[in-house]
Amino acid sequence: MLSWVRQLRARGVLGMNERNTEYIMRLNPRRLYPLVDDKLRTKELAIAAGIAVPKLHGVIRTEHDIGDLPELVRDTQDFAIKPAHGSGGDGIMVVAGRSPRAADIYRLVDGTQVNAEQIGFHLSNILSGQFSLGGHRDVALLEYCIKVDPLFADHCHQGVPDIRVIVLRGYPIMAMIRLPTRKSRGKANLHQGAVGAGMDIATGITTFGVLGNARATDHPDTGAPIAGLAIPRWEYLLTLAARSYELTGLGYVGVDIVLDRQYGPLILELNARPGLNIQICNREGLRLRAEKAMALPEEPDIAVRVARSRELFGGASYASAA
Amino acid sequence: MGNYKVSLLALILALLGVGFFIYKVRYLGYPLAPDADSQVWTVETRVSFDAAPGPVKATLYIPGLTPGFAILDENFVSRGFGFTTPYVSGGRQVQWAVRQAEGPQTLYYRTVVYRDPNVFEDDTTPPFPPVPQLAEPFNTAVGMLVERVQTESADPETFTAGLLKRLARPGADQEANLLLGPEPDAVDRARTAMSVLAAASIPARLVRGVRMSDRERSTPMLPWLEVHDGERWLYFDPVTGREGLPGDFLIWWRGEDPLVQVDGGGNVDVNVSVQSSVVDPVVVARRRAAAHDDAIGGLSLFALPIESQAVYGVLLAVPIGALLVVIIRNIIGVQTFGTFMPVLIALAFRETRLLWGVLLFTVLVFIGLSFRFYMERLRLLLVPRLAAVLTIVVLLMIGVSLLSQQLGFEIGLSVGLFPMVIMTMTIERMSIVWEERGSGEAIKQGLGSLFIAATCYLVMGLPIVEHLVFVFPELLLVTLAATLLLGRYTGYRLSELLRFRELRGGVP
Repeated sequence: MLSWVRQLRARGVLGMNERNTEYIMRLNPRRLYPLVDDKLRTKELAIAAGIAVPKLHGVIRTEHDIGDLPELVRDTQDFAIKPAHGSGGDGIMVVAGRSPRAADIYRLVDGTQVNAEQIGFHLSNILSGQFSLGGHRDVALLEYCIKVDPLFADHCHQGVPDIRVIVLRGYPIMAMIRLPTRKSRGKANLHQGAVGAGMDIATGITTFGVLGNARATDHPDTGAPIAGLAIPRWEYLLTLAARSYELTGLGYVGVDIVLDRQYGPLILELNARPGLNIQICNREGLRLRAEKAMALPEEPDIAVRVARSRELFGGASYASAA
Repeated sequence: MGNYKVSLLALILALLGVGFFIYKVRYLGYPLAPDADSQVWTVETRVSFDAAPGPVKATLYIPGLTPGFAILDENFVSRGFGFTTPYVSGGRQVQWAVRQAEGPQTLYYRTVVYRDPNVFEDDTTPPFPPVPQLAEPFNTAVGMLVERVQTESADPETFTAGLLKRLARPGADQEANLLLGPEPDAVDRARTAMSVLAAASIPARLVRGVRMSDRERSTPMLPWLEVHDGERWLYFDPVTGREGLPGDFLIWWRGEDPLVQVDGGGNVDVNVSVQSSVVDPVVVARRRAAAHDDAIGGLSLFALPIESQAVYGVLLAVPIGALLVVIIRNIIGVQTFGTFMPVLIALAFRETRLLWGVLLFTVLVFIGLSFRFYMERLRLLLVPRLAAVLTIVVLLMIGVSLLSQQLGFEIGLSVGLFPMVIMTMTIERMSIVWEERGSGEAIKQGLGSLFIAATCYLVMGLPIVEHLVFVFPELLLVTLAATLLLGRYTGYRLSELLRFRELRGGVP
């Protein structure tokens, strides 16, 4: 057992306790949490800074607002409903289209049909805080529904893949892509059966796949190889992630980015307590990289930070692990 | 650095807690183990006499200065008599008085004593005694005896020992035989020794006391000899001459006065009986703290009414449970519903016992969860839904109680002690995890909660734990210190060793 600890230490694996005390508590002042815990504020902040985010169709704030839903989404066939304070993808409902027969019958992304009353109930649950931490009252966001980039045609059965970048003091230090599967019911959540894949920070090419706790070489639904998938506009994507530092002031943040067919990379949400599974996908611990990034100077120029990160954390560090 | 501050704070708290703890154990004698008992002796003195018509005054010596023993409790039973307990030259007395009495009278004095090695004889140094004026030939005999013993001794201690040895050997010394007279008893020997000691200018006193036995209906008052060597009192057995006070010798009074004196009555009879028994040592320790005017030691939870004691007994175990939760969550890494829910469930287990507790908990959550899933279809708002689940939980509790009553299982009745609001929240959280993360995760967390609850129950219910936190609440400061230190633990959780097993392998 002690040797296991030693091995994990040697690989620089970051544990939950150390993440909390050494990084989150030190780099993320509590007063800044609302900026990321409230997706509405994050979005408003990002829009003000000119950062690309999915378009906001509207906000449902009260039970009374629920009646306005048809009006708010009148111009769009599809949209996503999200609790502003949700976590881990809980409470997200994605409407993929309308029934050809009636406008108030909505078709969900998994193929089931729901009527306006059922959607209203879901919205009401969100408002009463069922999905928010601590059960506080919440608001529901109506968002643009991401259209999956054709790049992922072979890697995604349903749902939207997302790219998670860990940004420490503005330096992107590690990244992974999460590919939804049939088992995860379209959710990009590793706990629910999505495939995770590590990414080379230098190039934006996927390295290894992980399904559950085991290594995966092929996508379980499509059979496509997981390694070697190149994400386009990688530098822009890293820049987008790195800007979260100036945007929120949080020193340790997980940035979730999706690739939209039409709009390109969009920031979906920020997370002040990003999970640690990214280490398994990358077959490398976060701690060694985090310590390197802690030693780097405070750098206002985002381009310089991204370049420095790609140089320090890219390519070579994987070679031996492969 | 934060670590340094936390460690320092933890150290201070731990030292404070352990300090009080040691003080209470070492100096106040609070018991470490729950079943340790203290031996105490109940000594009852019965004075009976026939009163002539008229006023009666009865005086009885009672223990006052008792090296090696402390008085736990004492009371006086004396119908119709007024009494005072003054200190006189021979020690402490009880003086009973009544204006008018006639016929047989019985007065009782009862005292409960326990061994206390911290009680010493600390009265003032006595003056040198006057040289006794004796008639011849006793005066010459005393003088010769003093001279002879003095040549064989160095100080009051050896002088007394030598003198008593001579007095103990009949026939060896003509002078000793002369002074002792025919067939001397222990008191005669002590008196003789005292007059010789007085002639040698060594202060000495006759003391009387009883030996503490397990059970003695009528125990005699034994004489003992106290000799002052200029610094402290030394004790000698007047018969054997051996130095020292036996551990079971309770000194009653000093001097030549009789034990009891009755004015206005006759046919006086005194009887002293001894009965040993065991009591809760906490009682003794508290009494001791009170006697020493000790604010810390006297500040005990035993001062509270019995019902409140029961409440605090439970309450004090909660931080222990909380510490366990910290260890299980942050060191082992087991996931639970609600941070301290398992502690509250563990408290409920105290009444149901473990097996039934786990069974009842599982049944309640299972049925509650079924209702919760059904209610999902009814599309209720959150708060009304929670209220509905709460109502169902309460109904289930009543149902379980009634059913078990019918079947003759008394244990089912204690289901009412389950924290129903906590149960409701557990059901709600569990159903959401079930929906969003899958049944496997929900059951895993449910079992995790149950595991922690069972562990907390077992640890909080250990007799030694219950005893220690109740008798030594200051130990919670140590618990607090441990919690603070764990708050800065940055190592891996045990579960992470498994979670990151893919990363173990060799070093890249």
